[in-house]
Amino acid sequence: MPALQETVDQVRSIDVDQYKYGFVTDIESEKAPKGLSEDTVRFISAKKNEPEWMLEWRLAAYRRWLTMTEPTWARVDYPKIDYQDLYYYSAPKKKGDGPKSLDEIDPEILATYAKLGIPLREQEILAGVLKPQSDDNDEDDQPKGEQRRVAVDAVFDSVSVATTFQEELKRSGVIFMPISEALREHPELVRKYLGTVVPVTDNYFATLNSAVFSDGSFVYVPPGVRCPMELSTYFRINEKNTGQFERTLIIADKGSYVSYLEGCTAPMRDENQLHAAVVELVTLDDAEIKYSTVQNWYPGDSVGKGGIFNFVTKRGDCRGARSKISWTQVETGSAITWKYPSCILRGDNSRGEFYSIAISNGKQQVDSGTKMIHLGKNTTSRIISKGIAAGKSNNTYRGLVSAHRKAANARNFTNCDSLLIGHHCGAHTVPYIEAKNATATFEHEATTSKISEEMLFYCMQRGISAEEATALVVNGFVRDVLQQLPMEFAVEAQKLISISLEGSVG
Amino acid sequence: MNAEVKQIKTAAESALAANFAASKSRLPGGPQTAGEREQAFKLFERRGLPHRRIEEWKHTDLRVLMRDAKPLAAPPDAAAKDRAKHSGGLVSGVPMHRLVFADGAFVPELSDAVDFLAGVTMVSLADMLARNDAGSAFAPPEAPQAGGDDAALALNTAMMTDGAVIRIAKGTVVDKPIHLVFSHSGSAATATFTRSQMIVEAGAKVTLVESHEGADDVDYQVSTALNLVVGDRAEVNRVKVGAEGARALHIATLIADVGEGAQLRDFIFNIGSAVTRNQLFVTCSGKNANVMLAGASLQRGTQHADTTLVLDHAVGGCTSREVFKAVLDDESRNVFQGKIVVRQNAQKTDARMMTRALLLSDDAEADSKPELEIFADDVQCGHGATAGALDENLKFYLMARGIPEHEAEALLIQSFVGDAIETIAHDGLRDALMFATVRWLGARV
Repeated sequence: MPALQETVDQVRSIDVDQYKYGFVTDIESEKAPKGLSEDTVRFISAKKNEPEWMLEWRLAAYRRWLTMTEPTWARVDYPKIDYQDLYYYSAPKKKGDGPKSLDEIDPEILATYAKLGIPLREQEILAGVLKPQSDDNDEDDQPKGEQRRVAVDAVFDSVSVATTFQEELKRSGVIFMPISEALREHPELVRKYLGTVVPVTDNYFATLNSAVFSDGSFVYVPPGVRCPMELSTYFRINEKNTGQFERTLIIADKGSYVSYLEGCTAPMRDENQLHAAVVELVTLDDAEIKYSTVQNWYPGDSVGKGGIFNFVTKRGDCRGARSKISWTQVETGSAITWKYPSCILRGDNSRGEFYSIAISNGKQQVDSGTKMIHLGKNTTSRIISKGIAAGKSNNTYRGLVSAHRKAANARNFTNCDSLLIGHHCGAHTVPYIEAKNATATFEHEATTSKISEEMLFYCMQRGISAEEATALVVNGFVRDVLQQLPMEFAVEAQKLISISLEGSVG
Repeated sequence: MNAEVKQIKTAAESALAANFAASKSRLPGGPQTAGEREQAFKLFERRGLPHRRIEEWKHTDLRVLMRDAKPLAAPPDAAAKDRAKHSGGLVSGVPMHRLVFADGAFVPELSDAVDFLAGVTMVSLADMLARNDAGSAFAPPEAPQAGGDDAALALNTAMMTDGAVIRIAKGTVVDKPIHLVFSHSGSAATATFTRSQMIVEAGAKVTLVESHEGADDVDYQVSTALNLVVGDRAEVNRVKVGAEGARALHIATLIADVGEGAQLRDFIFNIGSAVTRNQLFVTCSGKNANVMLAGASLQRGTQHADTTLVLDHAVGGCTSREVFKAVLDDESRNVFQGKIVVRQNAQKTDARMMTRALLLSDDAEADSKPELEIFADDVQCGHGATAGALDENLKFYLMARGIPEHEAEALLIQSFVGDAIETIAHDGLRDALMFATVRWLGARV
């Protein structure tokens, strides 16, 4: 049959190897010597002009890390990481003291942002070209909501290259800057909160991060302020053999609100690259943080060669009463994902949410989930997790919901659904439910199934191809979570889902 | 070679080693069995008493819950036998074939002879081990995956003294349930290790009842295990009644293998012992097998009960259901860990698991971990878990109709537990356990 050959060709052409962001930007960079030692830690600290206490903090973490062993409980299987074979610091070389116009920016960096799909105007700002202030004022005069603006912090390998909309944010009192800068400009704030949510000794990867983190974003929203725009960070690993260790710290002071977006990409490499980030969120009374991630690190090719090892510790602390933290994540990339964005519901009446779409294809391995730890009274949490496994991948949801003895009237609702596409993938669910309080009400439900033949038949009968029909059904499957994403991200995520699943039907 | 990380032995571990060395010579069986016992004990020593760092025992840390190890029980004396005569209380109203084990030893004079039933053979484990040294009967074929490396089971294999070895021949339908009565009748704080086996051949049908009990004032320890083989198209119902004395420690293991088109219904009722652990390793090894595992646990005081099950769907087309309910009063704690495994070629599996805990007191605790591990795509699998207090609205509804509060609560609890008890196929057994539940509720102040 001629149609058959056509299908074969089509499937071949859209192999999972197609990773849209798999380009390398050729720019000069400055690296720390390979390997990890106290000297590496000192080098990074010195590069960042950090205060003495910070260096001590890092060294303490490094010494602690030496005594720890890599955790093995997750359902992921990867070759042993040689921590001495990595670069722990890599920065694009600067031409002078910051560019004054677009021409001075390394055109390669601009090209990278263009490929990443960052809007052109933002690219200019990203690249550090100062725009006249009047531009911003004009926009203020326009009716709100017509054009949504996003302040972007771009992290290239180990350092933040640019942050946009600084001026406007400053006017409303919001601090949004690379954490390395915050350490110099707002040391008291950083020192007060850094490591209070994810302690230095929390786990193997978090401790490593504490020792060698090079950059990341710092956000502080003062009391009563609703952050005027979405804040966003793009993470990009460019250099070969580089580990990226970023650290994000977001503090929402009393009654404030901020929405933060995070996007990640990396070039295609044959070797595995390590990414071990730590994200700490703190909400005080009545504050709210909405944290959205679209993770699209290079997943490796269809036979499992290359790809990012993504070991991330993300945790939010609802410290104040009536505060709220909401995590939304779309996980489509990385060879290994090891990630459990969690909420500590300490304040009375606080609320934690976790919405997740985790898609694995090829030989990807995902072990992700959340922890909802109810400590305060009347705390509520909700977990919606959608796992989709295709190819030869394994997709695990691992979560904990616990109510402390004093967490009267704690409530949790958990729903985790898995979808399997193909005969060689696995979907697993490992929930821990610990109720130590009679007034706590916990509900958990999980299902695993495949895309029903009826649904596919129904679509295909109406002239939709098998591939499109699958994407349609999957989009319906993940809709609950997509709705939680800010609009720009939802569109991107929807596209990503169909790209990730390409080649999985047949 | 990897060096074994040596942990400091707990008092209980040292005592177990001493007990094993001291009682080795009087454990039944010839040199082959002795060798297998040695091997099993070595496995136990390597693993040590299960503790919270062992994932399967995360919430039941025997290093804490089992402070010491009691000496192996001596064969029952006349007084103990006399006490064992009336055991099996909770289900005694149901006509059954009784096989009585007192202090871990078979007591023929208190038992019904089941041998003359057509198609049923039964020997005691001690006799079988003494007569022919075919110890290999207890290295079940599925051992490597199904609980094969569990320390508690290894300890049972090393120390087993007696039990029932039953075979139901092809196509035999056993008229009445066979009742294995395990009674701790001695007045000394001792330990018993029993191991039974039941092979149900193709197309046979049988109901097996296991009951465990003992004195409230003795802190004895019970380790028991059952290897169950359900042949093709056979039907087996098992009801296990745990009504041990208030200070007892009870660890039970079920290893079941279910054949093609066969049906296994298992129910575990737990009402006694200070510490209870029921572990079930069930494998569907034949196509279209049908498995129902259920249980109800009624706990008060500081009772700790743990149900851990692994249900392995090795082949396709199998259906499985699990319903486990726990009622927790005072400072009691219930643990449920259920894992459904669906292997890559086990297409068309339909598996559902439900676990619910009812917390009646602020100091009670329920931990559950319903796990799915799925490698096949054409399956329907799901699990649900809830934990919470009694629904105030339901209570109000009943009270508005003139039913006093404690009665309203009792009614609601009864219906909560009833869901699970109703899965028992045998009318008499179902009624007996329902009645036991009502009695338990009646004792609630």
